[in-house]
Amino acid sequence: MEKINFDQLQEELYHEKLSNGLNVYILPKKGFNKTYATFTTKYGSVDNNFVPLGKEEYVKVPDGIAHFLEHKLFEKEDGDVFQQFSKQGASANAFTSFTRTAYLFSSTSDVEKNLETLVDFVQDPYFSEKTVEKEKGIIGQEITMYDDNPDWRLYFGLIQNLYQNHPVKIDIAGTIESISHITKDLLYECYNTFYHPSNMLLFIVGPVDPNKFMDQVRENQAKKNYKEMPEIKRKFEDEPLQTGQPKQVLEMNVQTSKCLIGMKALHVDQTGPELLKNELTMNVLLDLLFGKSSENYNQLYNEGLIDETFSYDYTQEQGFGFAMVGGDTENPDKLADDLKNMLFQAKNGTTFTEEQLDRAKKKKIGAFLRAVNSPEYIANQFTRYAFNDMNLFDVVPTLEKITMNDIKTMSSEVISEERFSVCQVIPKK
Amino acid sequence: MDSTAEKITTMQGYKLHVIETDKYKTNTFVWKMKAPLTKEDVTKRALLPQVLQSSSANYPTTTALRSYLDELYGATLFIDLAKKGEYHIISFTLEIANEKFLSDPTPLLKKGFELLSEVLTKPNVSGNAFDQETVNKEKRTLKQRIQSVYDDKMRYSNVRLLQEMCKGEPYALQVNGEAEDVDTITPENLYEYFKNAFSEDELDLYVIGDVKEEEVKSLAENLLKFENRTPKKVVTTEIPKKDQVNEIKEEQDVKQGKLNVGYRTNIVYGDSDYFALQLFNGIFGGFSHSKLFINVREKASLAYYVSSRLESHKGLMMVMSGIDLKNYDQAVGIIRDQLEAMQKGDFTDQELIQTKAVIRNQILETIDTSRGLTEILYHNVVAAKDIKLEQWINDMEKTTKEEIVAVANKIELDTIYFLTGTEAVK
Repeated sequence: MEKINFDQLQEELYHEKLSNGLNVYILPKKGFNKTYATFTTKYGSVDNNFVPLGKEEYVKVPDGIAHFLEHKLFEKEDGDVFQQFSKQGASANAFTSFTRTAYLFSSTSDVEKNLETLVDFVQDPYFSEKTVEKEKGIIGQEITMYDDNPDWRLYFGLIQNLYQNHPVKIDIAGTIESISHITKDLLYECYNTFYHPSNMLLFIVGPVDPNKFMDQVRENQAKKNYKEMPEIKRKFEDEPLQTGQPKQVLEMNVQTSKCLIGMKALHVDQTGPELLKNELTMNVLLDLLFGKSSENYNQLYNEGLIDETFSYDYTQEQGFGFAMVGGDTENPDKLADDLKNMLFQAKNGTTFTEEQLDRAKKKKIGAFLRAVNSPEYIANQFTRYAFNDMNLFDVVPTLEKITMNDIKTMSSEVISEERFSVCQVIPKK
Repeated sequence: MDSTAEKITTMQGYKLHVIETDKYKTNTFVWKMKAPLTKEDVTKRALLPQVLQSSSANYPTTTALRSYLDELYGATLFIDLAKKGEYHIISFTLEIANEKFLSDPTPLLKKGFELLSEVLTKPNVSGNAFDQETVNKEKRTLKQRIQSVYDDKMRYSNVRLLQEMCKGEPYALQVNGEAEDVDTITPENLYEYFKNAFSEDELDLYVIGDVKEEEVKSLAENLLKFENRTPKKVVTTEIPKKDQVNEIKEEQDVKQGKLNVGYRTNIVYGDSDYFALQLFNGIFGGFSHSKLFINVREKASLAYYVSSRLESHKGLMMVMSGIDLKNYDQAVGIIRDQLEAMQKGDFTDQELIQTKAVIRNQILETIDTSRGLTEILYHNVVAAKDIKLEQWINDMEKTTKEEIVAVANKIELDTIYFLTGTEAVK
């Protein structure tokens, strides 16, 4: 077990890669009641075309299967794992993203037992035709719930504009039609391919003794017979640099319109420190352009084009990435035009002062400190960073190194007409 | 549980609550203002904090104020409105980095406190009125916020349930006030209301973090001073009993129906059976091991979400679920059966033990965040009680099955609200 010190943050992180390939990280947090643990596989909604374990040919699986599998893993022959966790005073949950599926619990007592339950239930699937069919009704309602949610529709509408072929454009939960094709055999095929310990990461954060917990996980894994795993083969269709369509308007049962603009990322093959620098630079650029202290924000707010729902965000993973800006608005066309102009002014040389850059960096550093108050943030983000060969605790030193030149290069490279798109939700007539 | 060691001091016009803990990398201030919920004031109270946080005397534009917050290592300042029973509560939260984790030694606690004080006591005014432009744009934002409830069907159906269920009671009002009343607010009458609120509301300041009580107290003495007051109490009136269950169906263009069911619990925070009520809610619908989740979702496969929650100061319980339009009768039937089962004592010791463990865990987890801790401690201010967290947990642990059954029999179904689609088939 190695120990990594982060002096400025006054944190210590313990790490070990077990013989079956599982990466285990433990971050002791004094003073907290709660222990939070996540067990995550590098498998999400985009991994829909791959060579199943033990086979030769690529297969394409139904949309929404990673998320479906996440639901079904909680059910066992003798009942539901939620029951087990609550008997042990824990609250359990799971989520599926584009690139990850995470199982987690938090508890303030019986932590060893809960950790054992977490690791064992994820590593012991039980799928039957009957329970698979029953789940289709539940997930069907989850899908319908999102269908009625204008913010979700707006977000996915924009991704679908930006991406022509990449599976990031597919809704994580799939559709009622696509999940109807899911069978227990398909679930096992996905499970066996992606849930090998060498494709997973266990993160424990809380008032714990790292030696004791590492011993526990090591012993637990030693009892299980995992064979060495060949590298997983995933396939993604070629994705052009350009967006698929520049604009989409959705009519829904709403009173207030919504408008989101998006910019497709470049350099989506990046990993490690390069990716970290790139995404932090983009985040700082967005802050300079659209943060509450920016001139743009105040202009838009004073004109009544945006309200408190206005936000911006940048996502980048292996193979895809996008920046998004927008929110509720009384005038979705004017907002789209203004935001676009603001972006292109930045591309064509809007200059920021060193003072503004310095302030934006300070803001991000403070936000990072606030975030690491949260065990949930640490576990989830650390895992995401690790799957992309980055280190969460490099955020502050990387931020400190961002220069005005980086900001200029970023805005002149990324902002481009052919990678720009708009999605709007407007009231149904 | 030393992290809850709350030190309370009566200051001039408000109470200061200091919680010293070294588990965070930031320090948090929460300023709370409480007054009875009334139709007359609710919209002004929703607008006031928005105006105050958008600019101040020394930072007369949002850009100036927000730039200064960024400069203070991205200190966050946000406002929040809540209903607790028939009180309307405004909260200002300011969270700022603790400089011991930074390479820059600027003393941030003091600067954060000064800024909070500036926002609360030195508004951007001219004469006897708030800055006109600020008020205008914040009125627009407030109207949009009120209107946006309609677009979030889960929130909308909850608001509609309360409007129908509590018709004629202040609790039917929404935290953000009413759209038509926004227009009647002027920079003058809002400024007048600002002075009233700061002289009549019950005021509390929570400071949580790696701080020294003495230091906080002396900063507070210098930075925040108000007139002493006796806060107004809500006068609770007897709610006339409904003869029969109120059933409301509303049609809209939605794919999923939203089923919201309201009950009167006849129990509030501070009552001797309040902890039994918490356990009741846990077994009935609060968690993923509860009867509602098991029967509506896992067995009948009718819903993705189904749960119940309590309003502790008003004495309400609300069930919420999203279901297919055609399954209304079946879902309502199953929910009714679960309450009947609870009333007959049809739950196992295992369910009781499990629920105690989960609630205990939930409380301990909640106090791990400075916001959660503040909300738990603030219950005592709202209810004018002094219940310690240890007592909360101990009393809950001692609660018996009989006490929970007694609680179940006090609970009355009041209103069933269903937001249904235009293509509903009957």
